[in-house]
Amino acid sequence: MRVSGRNQPSTAPASARGEILIEARGLSKHFAKKGAEPFTAVAGIDFEVRRGEVFGFLGPNGAGKSTTMRMIGCVSPSTGGSLRVFGMDPAADGPAIRARLGVVPQEDTLDTEMQVRDNLHVYGRYFGLPRAVIRERTERLLEFVQLADRARDKVEPLSGGMKRRLTIARSLINEPEILILDEPTTGLDPQARHVVWDRLYRLKQRGTTLILTTHYMDEAEQLCDRLVVMDKGRIAAEGAPHELIARYCTREVLELRFPLDEQDQSAQKAAGIAQKVEVLPDRVLMYADDGDGALQAVRARGLEPLTALVRRSTLEDVFLTLTGRTLVD
Amino acid sequence: MSTMETPAPIGSAAHPAGRPGAARLGYRQFRYWITFTRRTWRSGLLSAICGPALYLTAMGVGLGTLVDHGNGLPGGVRYLDFVAPGVLAATAMQNAFGLGTYPVLGSVKWFGNYRAAINTPQRPQDVVAGHAALSLLWCAGVTGIFFAFMSGFGTVHAGVGLLAWPASVLTAAAFLMPIMAYVVTLEDEQKLNTLFRFVMTPLFLFSGTFFPWRQLPGWAHPIAYATPLWHGVELCRSLTLGTAAWAGSLVHVAYLLAFAVGGYLAARITYRRRLYR
Ligand SMILES: Nc1ncnc2c1ncn2[C@@H]1O[C@H](COP(=O)(O)OP(=O)(O)O)[C@@H](O)[C@H]1O
Ligand SMILES: [Mg+2]
Repeated sequence: MRVSGRNQPSTAPASARGEILIEARGLSKHFAKKGAEPFTAVAGIDFEVRRGEVFGFLGPNGAGKSTTMRMIGCVSPSTGGSLRVFGMDPAADGPAIRARLGVVPQEDTLDTEMQVRDNLHVYGRYFGLPRAVIRERTERLLEFVQLADRARDKVEPLSGGMKRRLTIARSLINEPEILILDEPTTGLDPQARHVVWDRLYRLKQRGTTLILTTHYMDEAEQLCDRLVVMDKGRIAAEGAPHELIARYCTREVLELRFPLDEQDQSAQKAAGIAQKVEVLPDRVLMYADDGDGALQAVRARGLEPLTALVRRSTLEDVFLTLTGRTLVD
Repeated sequence: MSTMETPAPIGSAAHPAGRPGAARLGYRQFRYWITFTRRTWRSGLLSAICGPALYLTAMGVGLGTLVDHGNGLPGGVRYLDFVAPGVLAATAMQNAFGLGTYPVLGSVKWFGNYRAAINTPQRPQDVVAGHAALSLLWCAGVTGIFFAFMSGFGTVHAGVGLLAWPASVLTAAAFLMPIMAYVVTLEDEQKLNTLFRFVMTPLFLFSGTFFPWRQLPGWAHPIAYATPLWHGVELCRSLTLGTAAWAGSLVHVAYLLAFAVGGYLAARITYRRRLYR
């Protein structure tokens, strides 16, 4: 059986030549620890984000994604390297930079006791926007995130997906030039995730510069023009999703399941068929440009897997190749 | 697709070149708290006033009459006249403890409103200033109404006694600012109980709120002088009884002001450390 992957984007992002909005060189962050060596959350990373692109940070929990977002958002001073946002230094011009950013933090920071629209109101006031402007934008933004009918409801009883969308609406109240989304869909059910993706896709089409972190490879593949794979505070690779797959993986992957006690022997028996073999706790991955051909070759050696699946390589495979570990544990 | 559906094109928005000053930024934080309390302030104020008002009544008609038959108080005043300004100052302190503890820890830990604010042009010092301003406005409301009550009981003997009201707000500030500076550094609420039990409660004892502080043993006098509440009580009492002297009053004001300003400066640092990390 064949599970077809998404069509690969054939064109490079039009934004590739856009002006550089964020530039990090050797950016790092150490947290002081009582009676211990300082902990390095971000260990010297380089990247740049251009106007109009959707730039992703893909990595597992603890990779340093949120810390990086907080440094870009000027709420966490870096402890090494350099960072420029809109050409300004976060240490000196934090408030001026933040005036032009929208932030969707990993944990919602909504005022749950307030009404939906009041959340946008108080946030807009922080940016010094006049009431009339806030009122007009609130209406438009609540429409955009499909919460217009909840405007006068309290936030507390809203579902997780609705709260997330409200946070996104709130982050757009100042019409930011860059929108930072830290794990925008973590914890949401599949349907709620798709609604969020759809909204982000619209923002992307309007040319908003988006920065997002995720540990979902499908989210990164769907939304990002370009991304970095982050692990243990370092950047392991950088490129467009399809470039990364082409660079680090074969076109297809053959996933085999054997009885668990026979897994290792079976993998050894199948040696040489695929360009690379990964033995995971519950399955064997065989990287080959022709997955069906590889499966025939496996069977020809007298191996009978319990299940066999040929699929396209994904960013999950890229991560596995780069780090030897899976993204979601 | 209607034009209402998506936000306006982004990136071309002109941003005002002028940067808002500290007063404006602090005011924005203050406005946040006004909105936040808009629906709850009436019931909150009612309960904040009920306690002291009941207390005053009980003192005036109950305990007061007992005490007044015994030894004379300094200046030979009624017990009610003596205790009312003390309770005024103590109420200010109590409200400062209430406002500087759970609302601050909640804002930084549970409600997320500090973290939300800091993702905008708001800075830690604006958050301190705006939140403190609202808390002090609240204290002024509570002590103002209490002051009206005690005037009604005839405990304010001089026109200058009206100054006891701002003096009580200053007393609140002397506690509020250091408490905010401390509480924003905490990770959980356990230490708050310690603060109430081992800081606030003993302060009542050593400050001469309910009985003349000279009745304390001699070793306790320096402790009394060191507590801001003693200065607040003495200041409020001398003002309402009309016995205030310039020099003494200025010392009290300076002492309370030092705590308020010192606490504010400390809070700017601790808020920055906590919110930017
Ligand atoms: N304030 C902090 N103090 C100490 N360690 C921290 C702090 N914030 C994050 N860390 C540590 O830094 C590492 C990276 O965290 P984070 O940036 O949140 O990763 P991610 O968002 O990729 O999951 C983690 O090991 C985390 O425990
Ligand atoms: Mg994170």
